[in-house]
Amino acid sequence: MSNIKAIRRKTTAIERLLRVALYLVLISVAAIYLLPFIVMLITSLKDVEEIRTGTLLSLPASLHFDSWSKAWSSACTGSTCDGISPFFLNSFQIVIPAVIISTVLGAINGYVISMWKFRGSDLFFAALLIGCFIPFQVILLPMARTLGWLGIANTTTGLVFVHVVYGVAFTTLFFRNFYQSVPGELVKAARLDGAGFFTIFYRIILPISTPIIVVTVIWQFTQIWNDFLFGVAFSGFDTQPVTVALNNLVNTSFGGKEYNVDMAAAIMAALPTLIVYVLAGKYFVRGLTAGAVKG
Amino acid sequence: MKTNAINAEPNKARAGRPARLTLADWMPKIVMAPTVIVTLVCMYGYMIWTAVLSMTNSRMLPSYDFVGLSQYERLFNNDRWIVALTNLGIFGGLFILICLVLGVILAIFLDQKIRSEGAIRTIYLYPMAISFIVTGTAWKWLLNPTNGFEKLMIDMGFTDFTFDWLVNPDKVVYCLVIAAVWQASGFVMALFLAGLRGVDGDLIKAAQLDGANTFTTYRRIILPSLKPVFFSAMVILSHIAIKSFDLVAALTNGGPGYSSDLPANFMYAHTFTRSQIGLGSASAMVMLGCVLAILVPYLYSELRGERNE
Repeated sequence: MSNIKAIRRKTTAIERLLRVALYLVLISVAAIYLLPFIVMLITSLKDVEEIRTGTLLSLPASLHFDSWSKAWSSACTGSTCDGISPFFLNSFQIVIPAVIISTVLGAINGYVISMWKFRGSDLFFAALLIGCFIPFQVILLPMARTLGWLGIANTTTGLVFVHVVYGVAFTTLFFRNFYQSVPGELVKAARLDGAGFFTIFYRIILPISTPIIVVTVIWQFTQIWNDFLFGVAFSGFDTQPVTVALNNLVNTSFGGKEYNVDMAAAIMAALPTLIVYVLAGKYFVRGLTAGAVKG
Repeated sequence: MKTNAINAEPNKARAGRPARLTLADWMPKIVMAPTVIVTLVCMYGYMIWTAVLSMTNSRMLPSYDFVGLSQYERLFNNDRWIVALTNLGIFGGLFILICLVLGVILAIFLDQKIRSEGAIRTIYLYPMAISFIVTGTAWKWLLNPTNGFEKLMIDMGFTDFTFDWLVNPDKVVYCLVIAAVWQASGFVMALFLAGLRGVDGDLIKAAQLDGANTFTTYRRIILPSLKPVFFSAMVILSHIAIKSFDLVAALTNGGPGYSSDLPANFMYAHTFTRSQIGLGSASAMVMLGCVLAILVPYLYSELRGERNE
């Protein structure tokens, strides 16, 4: 009897030890993931002299917010020296319409593909799905020519157009997968009652779509805000999104390198998507896994 | 026979609802039309356009003097392209491998009824919300030899410590791996965690009743059932690797020299800044080929699996 107890005590001791080790591993890995961001933050608050003499992890003697104001309003990003604020605004000008339009189109497409199937709609969905995966390098040059013909080259309108065109594949996929689980009887009954295409959409489908709308909006917002390829290929000097401006700022080297300004600008550029992630992480993860596993 | 089959459907519809083919019947097609047109033109049409350009001698502007496959010949005789392709092999291989291993391990660790799992998960995954440009900027600072990690170690007393991968042409590609793994491994963890939560609980209980310990249960039951997650993670990661452009732009700008170029950067440089549209288009087509080589078998097996269900 006491022997069994001893054995049990021993195993629980080992188990407890293992659990402590497990927590230690998990927490140190978390520290590693956090480190780059912490270093960025520390660096952005030092002055240039402190950066030169100190190390990555040495804390600033006093907090310098000059680098933040410089990054925002007076750092040089290639040809101009107005900081990243104008480009921050550009990004919003691109992101907001592009997210709204691509989400609306995705919702309607998903609704049609899952509830109003017509000949070829499944084939089209397959074609769209493959479109999610093509490397955009294949369409860059033709798209640049097209934007020129349409007269929207180097404008934010042009970038909105591009992001809608290549975002619709994903948004349609999201909505289609979500509507696939809605019982078809719901729509059939409404059709028998004489409800039309849009009535059913507004009255029945849209009210149950909130979760997938949130997932899609967050996904699109993150994708478009973080885009660099389209931004660098299709924008003009004054219509660059913030990612392009940040890259220019970091690679502009007049005089001494100001790492603190670089880091402040980088944090600013990351902040909108980070805030969304912290506030709505659940939906962000759902979008990632839905887009990934099903795509 | 064939014409009959095509005509059969409209006839039937007309017989069922004579002369009542209203606007509402067309509505689904009308609202889908913009997407269909845009997809056909801007995805498939442009793909063909680029394929055509890759067989011309276009330089600064597209021209349509066909030169057969000589751009592809030039491409594979181009040292910079070979470097870019080799880099993609090293970068992609290591990136995928490390992300998968780390992702599985972290997911299994996190699946042990960990307190404050949510907070830890949030930390592991936050780099995925950040742009590769920001990631590149941050790691450029961390990895630079004069002020970064090397200096930190020297100041801590390891005076002989050197870590100059970022400026070493033979090692710089590993810097890309480090930054990319930091960014994407949490995402792979999330995929596997979702997969682990979906494993049939009865199966695990049955295995444990049969006397299997935790390790055996994972090795024999749980991990094999995650095979689909492995495949989709691998497809997504290779897709990220092939498309990688911004990370290189921000972290190394292709340097030193062109030692850290990836195909996407090669394509961009030749198409937009070096006035070699023909060559750039050929490189884009090779990238498309790489994606298809991974995607087609994957989609094929997925579709076959669906049909079998």
